[in-house]
Amino acid sequence: MRTIRAAAAVTLAISIAAGVTGCGGGTSSGGGSNDSPKTLTYWASNQGPSIEADKKILTPELKKFEKQTGIKVKLEVVPWADLLNRILAATTSGQGPDVLNIGNTWSASLQATGALLPWSKENFDAIGGRDRFVDSAVASAGAEGQDPAAVPLYSLAYALYYNKKSFADAGIEKPPATWDELVADGKKLSKDGKWGLGAEGSNLSNNIHQTFVLGQQHGADFFDADGKPTFTSDGAVAAVKQYIDFMAKDKIIAPGNAEYAQNQSLTDFAKGKTAMVLWQAAASTFASQGMKPEDWGAAPVPVASGTPGQGKNTNSMVAGINMAVFKNTKNIDGAKKFVKFMTSDEEQKLLNKTYGSIPPVKTAQADEAFSAPDLAVLRDTLAKSAAPLPQVPNESQFETAVGTAVKELWADAAAGRPVTTESVKARLEKAQQTMQQ
Amino acid sequence: MTATVTTDSLTEKSDRVTSRGSGGARRRLPRIPDRIRQGGLPYLLLLPAVLLELLVHVIPMIIGIVMSFRQFTQFYINNWGGAPWSGFDNYKIAVDVNAPIGEALLHSFFVTCVFTFFAVGLAWLFGVAAAIMLQENFRGRGFLRAIFLVPYALPVYAAVITWAFMFQRDNGLVNHVLHDQLGITDQPSFWLIGDNSIYALIIVSVWKGWPFAFLIVMAGLQNIPRELYEAASIDGAGIWQQIRKITLPSLRPVNQVLVLVLFLWTFNDFNTPYVLFGKAAPENADLISIHIYQSSFVTWNFGTGSAMSVLLLLFLLVVTAVYLFITSRGRKGADA
Repeated sequence: MRTIRAAAAVTLAISIAAGVTGCGGGTSSGGGSNDSPKTLTYWASNQGPSIEADKKILTPELKKFEKQTGIKVKLEVVPWADLLNRILAATTSGQGPDVLNIGNTWSASLQATGALLPWSKENFDAIGGRDRFVDSAVASAGAEGQDPAAVPLYSLAYALYYNKKSFADAGIEKPPATWDELVADGKKLSKDGKWGLGAEGSNLSNNIHQTFVLGQQHGADFFDADGKPTFTSDGAVAAVKQYIDFMAKDKIIAPGNAEYAQNQSLTDFAKGKTAMVLWQAAASTFASQGMKPEDWGAAPVPVASGTPGQGKNTNSMVAGINMAVFKNTKNIDGAKKFVKFMTSDEEQKLLNKTYGSIPPVKTAQADEAFSAPDLAVLRDTLAKSAAPLPQVPNESQFETAVGTAVKELWADAAAGRPVTTESVKARLEKAQQTMQQ
Repeated sequence: MTATVTTDSLTEKSDRVTSRGSGGARRRLPRIPDRIRQGGLPYLLLLPAVLLELLVHVIPMIIGIVMSFRQFTQFYINNWGGAPWSGFDNYKIAVDVNAPIGEALLHSFFVTCVFTFFAVGLAWLFGVAAAIMLQENFRGRGFLRAIFLVPYALPVYAAVITWAFMFQRDNGLVNHVLHDQLGITDQPSFWLIGDNSIYALIIVSVWKGWPFAFLIVMAGLQNIPRELYEAASIDGAGIWQQIRKITLPSLRPVNQVLVLVLFLWTFNDFNTPYVLFGKAAPENADLISIHIYQSSFVTWNFGTGSAMSVLLLLFLLVVTAVYLFITSRGRKGADA
């Protein structure tokens, strides 16, 4: 009996060990192969009003691709809340899709994992050349000086959306072009339970997007040239304080916005409770909330003084979605063909029109559909006055650390606790310390 | 152990039986020795469970422990083997309470202890109280039992999302009642951010946890003989004395397990804080499970996150061992 038990235990241990090493050995870091040239798996990010809507929008296009090339694309639309974790899991296990969408701010972080196909000149040439894409969009696809980890697919920028009726009621004739004007207008608008500006205080990414742009306007990057965090520079502190002060000092943001994280500020806007929001491509959301296109207007995000441009007059991040290929794909040629298809003029026009975004492909951008007043604002911002978020490997940590610090500051402001330069600096100091080596 | 001994002796007995009388039958059957056929059967039946246990619990745990000794950041997730060994560095970072990461972990640990104390205590108290009240048979008892068990039957996510809506400052039901209708607070309070967040967390956790305590205690009460109560009431014991002298001592073994299970579940609870607060919990409600999640998944530093997990595992093991040691020693003393 005892021998049998021992033998069974040994067999079990060996089979498990074999199983474990088997799993571990599955990860290949080679350059992909063409072992299964007839199929592709594609993870799309959720760009439309719902997952189902996205499937409906994308499926006919994938059929078109199948007709052209004979390659069948299996589509999965992944919600934003899960996408990064799914990508991490796929990277770790080596069992991922062939082609996938990534938020462009993750580009450098994912690039550092080495799991994504680098878009060298040769690879770019296979999809029509790097020159087809807008420079700022390519700049947000990976760290400077390296081959991009992805190809731009949809581009977005921030604009100031305002409620025309609220503006007319308050006697404001044109949207504010500087922050001083915005605060002055906001004070006129904030009365009788209505508020000037909306914010998503508990949405970490949104906090980062806003404070990054204000940081640029104060001459602060959140990282130095070596990629070391510089969260506590005077400019960064001033930028964060300026953003929180819209609630704490200027009182043009409702305290309740401190806990918003699910686009409640857009609902408030659509209901006429707030008169302005800073958002990217909000048109389709407004429409789904029952607003008519003539109810709202879009203007460039304000700057400190002058007109939007580069450097201190930056007024948006380069927002957008990139398309990447997993290095260990078993259909590398098919994957490139698919990227080429999705970045072709025809698909770019069609998909970006549907999603209300701007094509990062120059020739597609020229289409007159993207000259509609609100889209023209986004297009011009992207072309002239947008800057990519820091393309550093620990960008994801930065979003969490600083995004959380800003969230805590919103909570302070909402609870009526004073928000001072010192308190802002202390929060940012703490955020910086948690950024690991 | 007991089970093994019994099986062994059974096997020996059956060996003796078969070796004497079943020579003819043996030749016809395939050559599986009786010892395995009979003695091995329990093990064969256990095998799927053991394999799954290894696959689902033990192997991931071992991998986690191995990860905690490596510098396992985003640069290596594509190639596990390449992550450099870092010795105890991850542990040093986690326990260095003078540095920000260790300090934050310690803070999170204290928050979790306070949260667990109140959440388990209240869940247990409500569960026991409700079970004792429903001990007597009366009209509508079955209905009340069913109602009380609803929170336990609801899917966690759906329930907690509903709570998150109710706790919203501007449109939530909680503030509507407290502020608009009762006028208890001067201003609508925040529940999902800032200082009150710990209360929100405890309320949801108790709401979710007490029906389990109720269910277990209710089952335990079935085993207390009615005669004890009858005898006690003849001797003049009031209801409180009956509860103190009969009910609670009889429930002791049940409570021993119940409190331990509630403690482990609550201490490790991830769903409640994650659904209520998202990726970044407010400082006052920064439970350890969320904290570790943030330290590994959000910042992509799986080495440090694993080290924190291992520390948590050790802590829970020690607490469980000490708890079992103390409670069972007390019981033996009482029995003797």
